[in-house]
Formats: sequence, structure tokens, C-alpha cells
Amino acid sequence: MRDFRDPRHSRAAMTHRSNTDNVSYVVRFAGDSGDGIQLQGLQFTVASALGGNDVATLPDFPAEIRAPAGTRYGVSAFQVQFGGERITTPGDSPDVLIAFNPAALVVNLSQLHPGTLIVVDEQAFTEQRLKRADLASNPLDDGSLGEFEVIRVDISRLTQEAVKPFGMGAKDSLRCKNFWALGLMLWMFDQPRDPTVSWIAGKFRDANLRDANLAALNAGHAYGETAELAHVLVQRPTPAAPLAAAEYRTITGAEALALGLVAAGELADTELMFCSYPITPASSLLHHLANLEDAGVATFQAEDEIAAVCAAIGASYAGRLGITSSSGPGIALKTEAIGLAVATELPLVIVNSQRAGPSTGLPTKTEQSDLYQAVYGRNGDTPLPVVASRSPGDCFDTAIEAVRIALRHMTPVMLLTDGYIANASELWPIPDIDSYPDIPTRKPDAGTTGSVFRREPATQARLWATPGDPRFIYRVGGIEKDFETGNISYEPDNHQAMTDMRRDKLAKVADFLPDQTLEQGVPGGLVVVAWGSTYGTVHKAVRDCLRSGLAVAQIHIRHLNPLPRNLAELLGQFDEILVPELNSGQLATLLRDKLLVRVHQLNKVSGQPFAVAEIKRAISEHVRPRMQEVRQ
Amino acid sequence: MSERAIKLEPKDYATDQEVRWCPGCGDYSILKAVHRALADAQADPAKTVFVSGIGCSSRLPYYVETYGFHTIHGRAPAVASGIKLANPELDVWVVTGDGDGLSIGANHLLHVLRRNVDLNILLFNNEIYGLTKGQYSPTSRIGTTSPTSPKGSFDAPVNPGLFAVGAGATFIARAVDVDQKGLPVLLNAAREHRGAAFVEILQNCIVYNKDVFEDVVGKKTAADTQIHVVHGQPLIYGKNRDRGLRLNPRTLTLEAVTLGEDGVTAADLLVHDETSPVLAHLLLTTAAPLPAAMGVIHRRQAPAFDATFSSRKPRQRRTLVKQLLHRGDLLDRR
Repeated sequence: MRDFRDPRHSRAAMTHRSNTDNVSYVVRFAGDSGDGIQLQGLQFTVASALGGNDVATLPDFPAEIRAPAGTRYGVSAFQVQFGGERITTPGDSPDVLIAFNPAALVVNLSQLHPGTLIVVDEQAFTEQRLKRADLASNPLDDGSLGEFEVIRVDISRLTQEAVKPFGMGAKDSLRCKNFWALGLMLWMFDQPRDPTVSWIAGKFRDANLRDANLAALNAGHAYGETAELAHVLVQRPTPAAPLAAAEYRTITGAEALALGLVAAGELADTELMFCSYPITPASSLLHHLANLEDAGVATFQAEDEIAAVCAAIGASYAGRLGITSSSGPGIALKTEAIGLAVATELPLVIVNSQRAGPSTGLPTKTEQSDLYQAVYGRNGDTPLPVVASRSPGDCFDTAIEAVRIALRHMTPVMLLTDGYIANASELWPIPDIDSYPDIPTRKPDAGTTGSVFRREPATQARLWATPGDPRFIYRVGGIEKDFETGNISYEPDNHQAMTDMRRDKLAKVADFLPDQTLEQGVPGGLVVVAWGSTYGTVHKAVRDCLRSGLAVAQIHIRHLNPLPRNLAELLGQFDEILVPELNSGQLATLLRDKLLVRVHQLNKVSGQPFAVAEIKRAISEHVRPRMQEVRQ
Repeated sequence: MSERAIKLEPKDYATDQEVRWCPGCGDYSILKAVHRALADAQADPAKTVFVSGIGCSSRLPYYVETYGFHTIHGRAPAVASGIKLANPELDVWVVTGDGDGLSIGANHLLHVLRRNVDLNILLFNNEIYGLTKGQYSPTSRIGTTSPTSPKGSFDAPVNPGLFAVGAGATFIARAVDVDQKGLPVLLNAAREHRGAAFVEILQNCIVYNKDVFEDVVGKKTAADTQIHVVHGQPLIYGKNRDRGLRLNPRTLTLEAVTLGEDGVTAADLLVHDETSPVLAHLLLTTAAPLPAAMGVIHRRQAPAFDATFSSRKPRQRRTLVKQLLHRGDLLDRR
């Protein structure tokens, strides 16, 4: 955490940084949901990444599209951590907060640390705007910001002046203020302007709009150079991150998931049909895939969640791989159809971009509370493989893994991601698709004969015969079917055999899974076991604790159902198990249920990700002080 | 199937499964007409798919020797859409009932009709829930006594054909289950229609709603209680072909007239125009003493959704995937 209050501290920090190459900053942009905050944050992220920093972001916005201006609930924020070390989290607390209005300042105050640099648009602190933010007095004048370093800038006026030559009205010109502030931040951290310049050039067809936004960007940048605020507004260049040799790009979870599905289709030599119904925060996946029809993806926006999954099942029956996507409430609606896919032994991928629940919950806030729904949430004995991605870039591999399981075992597979991963971006080493093994399918070839329901013993997968093939004409449905012929069967022994087969199929998924590994640390002491989007935060917390000598290790589970075969043995090598989750203890329950282990829980359901400090605190509560024992 | 040497008979479209409807059920006649229609068209069993939901009618796919998918309650139109969009070469049929199609699955029916997906949709209307043992359905007439409406239902029913008109259907037909001559012809008209074809079949549930359509389908009176409409032909009916329908221009309603009475001639009668949704509306809402309309009530050409839906085969996909992976701002640290 940087202290911007005293110039000597800043310089000391800079010196320290240049010595160790080990410095990162956290910047949070905040304003009205119509201020272009997300865009500004994303452009800053791209600039940082192309400048050589590692990056991790946290978009944090309200469900309302254009919430009433100036209100606390309408504040949209974007936080990014960037720097010259491995960055796995968007940071616990901002070093710099850009606040475009009083509400944006006040809702973020509790997250700041002493010495945070706050840049405010002074013109926005009018009596009326203060009132909209439920403030009795002006925080800029009432002494409440004493422990921070505050820079008041007339961002609105300076933006208007910068874009004046382009003949824009007062209101329109204010729309450019996000680029003005972005220009200032790019200057402050010595990040390249080129990516933003080329983005603006590509985005605005109207030359006047394009030039106005460029002018705002450049004016903000120039302000940093010329303003007489030397003790705080100094440039803080960040060193390049020590990245492994590779070609990198920034990528969001939704993008990586879309590309992973497309790559999986290619690896399986199978066309995809993505059927979905818009829902926050899952819609972006549909948006990305809708542009990829040349890559063998057909997208179908169905009339509802149920139609979406049913059309996907229909596509799978007809020989394309059906994929559907939603968030928790929509997955609930799809549940009966998922059972149909299990019963009819069809491949299907169901993507759940989790959000805070129950019911509509907090649509734009993240949570990991659909694990029970994924593993247990169906009528009947209806086993379903479940995988989870741990970061934006990891969505690519998780998508390929989900498709691989679905096609290998002829089963639906649930892929869990969440609102945080879907929207967050990170620097991602571009994978080489040629290095991935092909995905075999159970499509019959020219010489295949026999029944559609002849199952491969190793996988329990039936044949993926499809309409059009005169050799395998068959009927199938949701009524229990005969083990061999697929015809309706009410025979007691047959239902037992079919239920056993479905159970065995899930168990056989585990035969193909890689062993669970330790992310960090060595056996003994405390192990932190997590899944999904908490990966980055847990990684940073465990890394810090290891450096301070604690006996702690990290396990991150991708395959949640079935669990990796060696997980029980691996967990047995530790004295204590800590399970941090953004829910009330769902993985903890699963581990107790499947492995009969004793675990400590750390749970949070505020709609916000864990802070690194929260994980570290829990680690210190449960870890055995090994170093002291050694000393005795 | 051009390469098929042997002509397929209706029995060739039957499966080895024992048909398990109640003895005397109207579904037997419909199944027979389906077998006949498929034989008449020499439909390729490998390229034909029957998709159904849940209910008595929805067991039909198990009895047709083609590909078949017995799905879940109300969702057959959605599954069938997925099948058709994934492989537009298939001839896809949807079999549903008044409960499956107009109650739990009405939403999907609405959307598949307005999208005009090339499906042949057969709605068996018996105005009752059969498989759950006789509760009133969304097409049951007001006053229907059933286990869930012991004092008579007070739920206003939906008119299936009118629902289809409202949804923008491009093909709407109506038939009677036992019409072994007309039904197969109608089924093939639906099959040949490019777009969503909706066929309401009045079906007799002999256990829970026996003879509910007797006033329309009764053999002795049928000639006077049904009018079989043909595009371009005047709306004539009756045992002696002397009855007809004309438009009352003041009330915008149909009225029954007798040729030769009060100077009425064939020229006074409406000529059936199957492209007119307005006439479809009038024909679908007749009530006694006017006859019930049967046959192709509405048919017009409109782009089929699946014709525009993009399901193109990818070419050089691996190269394309690599390009996609390298799209955007790149940082080369190799």
C-alpha cells in the first residue's frame, strides 16, 4: 500500500521499487454508471499490460444501466492492480481513487488506506450533487479526508476546454471526461497512450467525436506534466513484470470461454450450437460467440432459459455439440432439461456464470453459491460432472476440458464461472492450439455396427449416432429406457442397472482426471483448499504467508464432481484444512460429504471478492506456528 | 429416398413396440394416418424425426419407425428447433397435446410459430388432461367437470387455431382424428409447407372426455357441421352441397345461407383465401349453427427461420482459431 501524503514517502517508495522490481499499484476509477468508467478502466488495463505490467481487474458496477446520476447506488467502479511482479488479484485497497462525484467518493472511502491519493472532479461537488449523495457537508472541506492526500482538479471544466474546438455542447463534451482522467493516470504511471489512441480511432466513426476524445485524453496527459502539484503528482513508472517468455494479450473470462469453446469444437472436429437467453452476468459469452459463426459456432437466442437448454439438447441429438449458458436463476429453470440430457446420454455443456443469490439476488455481484446446485441440484439420482474455472484466462482451458468430458462420456457437463471472472481481465499467455490433444467423439464411423446403446466400458459412453444415418434409427426419451434397446422400460432391475450405469459413468470421469497437485507449499501444516475465482486472492495470500515462514500450502480444485482420485490422500498429508469460499460453506460440505475430512471454513457473501488480508488473517488463525517450534 | 428400390408401405413406418393407448383412443387413428402419410410421401425414415413432449399424444414417436425424441413436458418445439437448426436437411415433426402445447409449453409454441421454424406441428386436442387422469385443460369448455373442477370449470378456454393466427403462423389446418382419407393428405400438406405448419387434430379421449366433439364430428351430421375449405373454392358445405358461408359486411361475421333461398347464389358466397389471416380468424371462430372449418385454413409463404439461421460449415477452422487467439492488443515477451 502506497502512502501519498508525504513526498519523502513517495520518493522512498520509488527508490525501493527500482531496487526490487517488485512494485504494484492499485487504481480505482469511480463515477456514475453513465460516465464510461468501465471503458476507462479497461483502456488503462490494456495500456498497463502493453507497457509490460502484469494486471488484474475488478469491474464493480450496479445492475441499473443508467442509474440516477449522483446517487450512491448508481456508482460504477473499476479497480485495477498492475505492476512489475506477478499480479493475481485486483488488490485489496486502492492506492489511487479517481472520483467523478461525491457519491463515488463516499461509497469507496471505507476501502481506502491512510495515504491513498484521491483525485476528485471538484466541479462535481456542488450542493445539489452532495445532496444526491446524502451528504450533509462537503467532504472536501469538512476535514473528513484528513488521512488521505486529496487532489482537486476541475476535470469537467478542463475537459470542456479541451474539446471546445470541436464544437460540442456542454453536455456532450462532459462525456469525454473519462478520457481526460485516463490521460492523467496514463501520465502518472508512465503507461503508453498508443493503445487508447488506436482504440479511439477505431471506435468513433465520427471524426469530430474521435478528435474530441483524443483531445481530452491528451489534455489530461498534459495536465500531469504541467500542473504545479509536484509533491503528489509525480510520475510513478512501474517496472516490467517478470513474465515467462510468451506472447501475451489481455483477455476477459467471457472472451476466453468463447475462444475455448471454439477451440474445443475444432479439437473435436464438431460444430457447436450455442443456445442461450440473456442474463447478467452471462450474456457477454453469447455476445462474443455471436460473432464467431465462421469458426463453426451457430448461436441461437431462445425465448427463455428452458428453450435455450432444450434447443441445445436438440442440437446434440442431431450431431452438433449443444452448449447453453446462464446464471444461477436460469440454471434453475434448465434443471429438468439437464436431467433429460443425463437420461438420454447426450453431450451438453452448461455454463453457469454465477452471481449472488438467492432468487434475483445481486445480478452484477459475484458469488460462488451455485456449487450445491451444480453437484446436487436435480430430481432423481442424476449425476453430473462439474468443472470450475479459476481466472479469466483459465476459462479457455476449462471450456476445452468441459467439452472433452461431455464428448468422452456422452454426458452433460456443468462449467462454473462467475460474474467476477466473466468481466475481469488479465494478461494471458496465448496458448498454442496445436499443443492440445484432439478430442475424440463417439460418432460412429463407416464400419460401426450394433446398438446405439452399446456403451464403451471405460467411459460408459453410448454411440453418438444422429438422424440422417440409416444404420442407427432409434427412439429415445426421458422415460426410463431399456439398458440395451433404449425402448421404454419400467422393469425394476432395468432401472437399477441404468441408475448404476449413470453412477459408474460419473465415477469413470475421474479415471481420466489428472492428479490434484499443490499450487504452492509442501505437505504438512495448513492447506488452503479453494475453487473458482478465489484462486488469485488465495494464491497471493498463501505466497505472502509462505514468505513469512508459515507452514501453509495451496490446493485449487478444478474438478468438483467427481473430485480427483488422489485428493483424499493429498489432504491427509496436512494437519489442518481451511476452505475459503464466497458462499456459506458449499465446498466445505462437499469435502465432508465425499471425503469425510474435517475442515475450517472462511465464508463471505457480500457480493465482493475476498481481500488478500482476509485470507491471510484466516491462515494465521489456523496455521500452527512451526517456525517457533523449530526454534525451541 | 431415391436409391430405395422397394416402396415403403404404411406398416414399414410402424415400430416393433406395443402401442399402449386406451382401447378406442383417437390416437390410434392419428397414428395410422401418420403411417399412411409417411408412406404416401415415401419419407426417408433416416431423415425424419418425431419429437414430442409429455402426455398421451407424446408417446407417438415410439410407434413411428423413424428417429424419435420423447422430451419433457411442453418443450418439444424447443428441442425440435434445435434439431432442425443443427441439421436443416431433416424433416422434423412435433407431436403435442392441448396441455403440453397450450398450457405448460404455450410459450415455446408461440415462438416457434412466429419464428416460422420449418417444423410440422401436430396438436392433438381432446380438451382434457388424459395422462394425469382427467383434469380440465386450457382448451376445456367452461363448465367442464373434472377432478380439479368438480363444480364445473370457470377457466376461459383458448382456441388453438386462433392462438396460431395470433402468433403469426404461416400454416394452420384442422382435422378430425378418424378422417383416414383427409388427415394423411393434410399431414403431407403440412410436411410440404416451408415453415412452421400447425395442425390441430380434434381427438377423442374416450376415457375422460368421450365424444366431446360429437356435435362436430358425429357421422350422421358431419356434412352439415363441418365445412372442408379449399383455397379458391366457394365456402360450400352440407349433405346436398347447398349450404354456404357469406360475409355480413355490417357485422363482419360469417353467416350460413342456403343456395336458392332468398335469391342466394354461389356468387354470394365467400371464396376461401388461405392467405388471409382475417378469413382464418373468421373460420376458426365459427360456432353452431355454423359449421366448423376443416382443412388448410391458412397458408402463406414467409421466410423460414432455419433458412436464414447460420449453421455454415467452418473452413480452415484451425487457422481461424489461431487468428482469433491473436486478436487484440499483443505483448510479445518471447
